[in-house]
Formats: sequence, structure tokens, C-alpha cells
Amino acid sequence: MKAPKTHAIYNPEYECMSRDAMTALQTERLRQVVRHEYDHVPIYRARMDAKGVRPEDIRTLDDLRHLPFTEKTDLRDQFPFGLFAVPKKDIVRIQGSSGTTGKPIVAGYTQHDVDVWAEMAARALTAAGCTAEDIVQVSYGYGLFTGGLGLHQGASLIGAMTVPMSSGNTQRQIMMLKELGATMLCCTPSYAIYIGETAREMGLDPHTDLKLKAGCFGAEPWTEEMRMRLEQLLDFDACDIYGLTEIAGPGVSFECLEKNGMHVNEDHVIPEIIDPVTEEPLPYGSSGELVFTTITKQGMPMLRYRTHDICRLDASPCACGRTTVRMGRITGRTDDMLIIRGVNVFPSQIESVLVSVKGAAPHYLLVVDREHSTDSLEVQVEIDESGFSDTVADLEHIRNEIKDKIKSVVGISAKITLVNPHTIPRSEGKAKRVIDKRKLV
Amino acid sequence: MTIRQLSVFAENKPGTLVRITKTLGDAGVDIRAMSLADTQDFGILRLITSDPVKAGKVLADIGCVTSVTEVLAVEIPNRPGAMTELVTLLGEHEINIEYLYAFITVSGQNAYVVLRVKNPAQAETVLCGAGLCLIGEEDINKL
Repeated sequence: MKAPKTHAIYNPEYECMSRDAMTALQTERLRQVVRHEYDHVPIYRARMDAKGVRPEDIRTLDDLRHLPFTEKTDLRDQFPFGLFAVPKKDIVRIQGSSGTTGKPIVAGYTQHDVDVWAEMAARALTAAGCTAEDIVQVSYGYGLFTGGLGLHQGASLIGAMTVPMSSGNTQRQIMMLKELGATMLCCTPSYAIYIGETAREMGLDPHTDLKLKAGCFGAEPWTEEMRMRLEQLLDFDACDIYGLTEIAGPGVSFECLEKNGMHVNEDHVIPEIIDPVTEEPLPYGSSGELVFTTITKQGMPMLRYRTHDICRLDASPCACGRTTVRMGRITGRTDDMLIIRGVNVFPSQIESVLVSVKGAAPHYLLVVDREHSTDSLEVQVEIDESGFSDTVADLEHIRNEIKDKIKSVVGISAKITLVNPHTIPRSEGKAKRVIDKRKLV
Repeated sequence: MTIRQLSVFAENKPGTLVRITKTLGDAGVDIRAMSLADTQDFGILRLITSDPVKAGKVLADIGCVTSVTEVLAVEIPNRPGAMTELVTLLGEHEINIEYLYAFITVSGQNAYVVLRVKNPAQAETVLCGAGLCLIGEEDINKL
């Protein structure tokens, strides 16, 4: 049941700071962090030198535009420790996510970084109505993926009773929601819908059988229609939460109960919107690519990290009282990354698997769909003569090898369909790699 | 004595077999025996034809993936119990059958069993030793 709309704020000093004070704070932190990165991260120094930018040239927030960008490929190329700005002994945590090819990316956190991230998540949970009185069921995966631990740390910081369910085993999830009387749920929005549908199928009436009042849902893009469906299924408030491993994890930005954009934790990160083609900064209100610069992160600070997510920023005041800039829904990507069941998937990862499998040609089509609120991935692969024989076992072997390797490299299960050579549609000689049948925007 | 079997990858969707058999028919290739191994998502069509080389070429021309396998074709009497005798013989000699399919001819006197085994030479010795007759590609076209 939805709670009456209140606007509790975890850290009003920073979340409700005047714009002028925020600008002054960000400017001071930016200057310090740029100096530190220049002195401690060789690749940042080399890139700034290449652009002819010295740390002392960064005096105002407008000077951000002179700094070089950082890309996900940098995390891969500098894997594992090349972007760390502190000695390894000061790193207390590693989190990770999939990279653009077979190799994962990792991020290192100092204790301070973990604490900052926990507070970001605590702010998000508080904005959704969480207090020490609440029981928070965390049904994001735990592990290298930041979802589970991120919300867990936030809920613990608030002092809520935290239930680390991780993902999967939906019937058991629902049993725990009911038996413990959880008041908040955190997971991907598609999994939340699946939990809601399964609960209904089990004959539960969320209004009377469950005590859920709200939840934080993220790690994949979703729509207003999905919010309405989710809120109706579980009879509660569903708030969006955004984050990425490269910057911290979930909580980089979050919705309050006004549900009109995600407040960015600007005392820790500076968001920019750029034109993805010219790479020039765009004013607030323009749709473009979201770029983050971390200004308090010690372990692996990010200079102008290109998220490739497309959205808008809005600095107008919010009825909740927070003064932080809000980002709108992610409306697309400037690269070919897909988010499937909360996992980042690049077509290039699939390609790297296929070239390693004898009998499979690197011609493939990814068909993404959403069935019963759960994403599905089908990989259609052209076979070639080298792997084809007269026995079914040989073809099954190819198929299983592809399936196992995709599971290992990308981290998700895919259905593998073998097809004849030259049957994957090609346009202008380049294969069309992805058909996404999900309706998201 | 072995014969060449042509295997063709077949996607599991309507029209796949039409495309293959029509191509062979148009090229004047006669299908003498065939079997379809299927899974949920794809199949393998195994063909004994009047001209395996030509069959392979015309199918490759329409984009099919094919492979050629040496198989044995054994003549057995067309009467109850004959099949049991054949597989008993192979079993006694520890010869594993990967797959088989059979056909009879118009006269109906004999049946022909196409056998895929790992070691055709060994199987041939066993079969001939038991007095069974193996047929070759030239014989196939005379049946």
C-alpha cells in the first residue's frame, strides 16, 4: 500500500544546497581532483598533455569542456589497475561489469568511496520513503554487479532491516516478502513486474497480503507504462534509480516520490550533456549524451566519463525540496549496447565468442524480446562447412559451445539458433546485428 | 565398399525441404534413400542420390551447408527377423551403429540398410564374413 507522500531527505545540507553554493563546492572539488588525477593517473596526464591542458587551467565548471573524455574502452585497456589513483593497498573493494569485448571491466573503491556510494544509495532509498523502521528486500544480484551490494549498503546505512535475497527463485522471494512483511523492494523493474505477476498468480492480493509501500528500480531502462503496471501489480510507489559501476553504482541519481526525474548527487559527480557527434557541451534541457566527472572518488576517479546514455538534464526546482539537477529517463544509447535482464551486452562481445567457435561464422543476429516481463535473448548464428557433419551431436556441440561461452563472457543465457549461411540480412554489406522487439520508449 | 551420403543442414521452418528436393529434382538428381534427423530447432537431411557430386554442387549453389560421409549399404532379405540378424551380428562384434535407415526396392525381394559406423572397414569385414552383400554406388543406380 502506498504511504502518504512525504519528502524525507537523507542529507539536506548537500541535497538542498543553493545552486550558487553547489557550484562553488563543485568547482573547488573539481580543481583538487583534476590536480590529483594529473599527478597520479598516467593516462589522464598523457591525455591532458596531448590537449595542452594543465591542472591549473581548470578554474571554473565551464573549464570542464577542456578536459579529455574517458571511455569504457579505457577501462578495458587499463584493466585491471591502470586507472587507479591510489596505491592498491588503499583499495578495499572491487566491483565489475561486462566490457565491450570478452574482457570484463573492474572498478576499485577505497573505504571512502564505498561510504560515499552507500550514502548515495541511502539518499535514494530515503527519497522513496525508507526509514530505519523499514524492511528492505534487496532482490538485485549480489556479487561484482553493483546492484545488490549497492542497495544493501544504502539500506544498512539508514538502519533499515535489510534482506539480502539476491535475484532468482521468485516463489521464495514472494514468500519472504509476505512472511517478513517487507515494506520496500529493490531490483530491476522487469524482475519486479515478474515478481508482481507471479504473486498474483499465486493468489496473493498485494493490498492485503503484502506490506510493500515503495521500491527503487533500476539497472535497465524502463517506461512510464511499466511504472504504472508495476505500481498497479504491487500496489506501491515505484521509483527509478540510476547508476553505473564506472562512477559508483546505483544511487548516482534517483527519483523522489514526485517521480519527475532523477536527482543527481551533484556533490559527488558533475553531470554534463554533450552532443555525441561534435562532443560539445549542450545546455540544460537539450537531449544528448550524459557525461559524468567524479569529484570525490579516490580509487578510480573518472574524468568526463561518457555513459553513452541519452537523456536531458533539468535544473528547475523540485517540489521535494532538493535543489540538485534532475536527469530525465534514458531514451536511448549512442552506441550499440543493450541492457538485457539488467546486464550490459555489446554485440562485439557476442562476436568475440563466435570467432572462437569452429563451425560458427561471425555472422549473427541478436533478437531481444520481453516475454512475461522477462527479457529474452536469441542469438541466430550462421554455420559454416567446417563444423557441419552428418551427425546431430556435432551441431549440438557447436550450439552448446556458443551458449556456454556467451554465458561465461556476457553473463546471461541465450537461446542459440543455427541458421544457413548468408541468411542473416545484410544491408550495404554490413550485417544488421540487433532486433530489439521490446517497447521501451 | 562404401557409398557417399550427402548430409544437408536444414533449418526447422516450413519450406526448407521443398527448396532442397526441388533443387535436386530440377538438376535431374534422383534421391534413392533419405532420412531426416531432427531436433527442436534444426534438422539434418541425409541423402543417398544418383549423383552425390552433382547433388552437393547444386545444393551449395543455393546456399546449403553440406557434408559428405562414407556409409555402408547392406543388402538383407526382405523377411521378418532379417533386421534382427543384422544388428545382432554387429552387436556381437562390438560395432556401434551411429544411425541407420533402410529402404526396399520395387521388386521387394531384398531390403537395403544404410549404416553409419565409426570404422566402415571393420564393419565391412564382419558383414562380408557373415555372407552379407554390400552394394556400391553403381549398384544403387541399378536398383
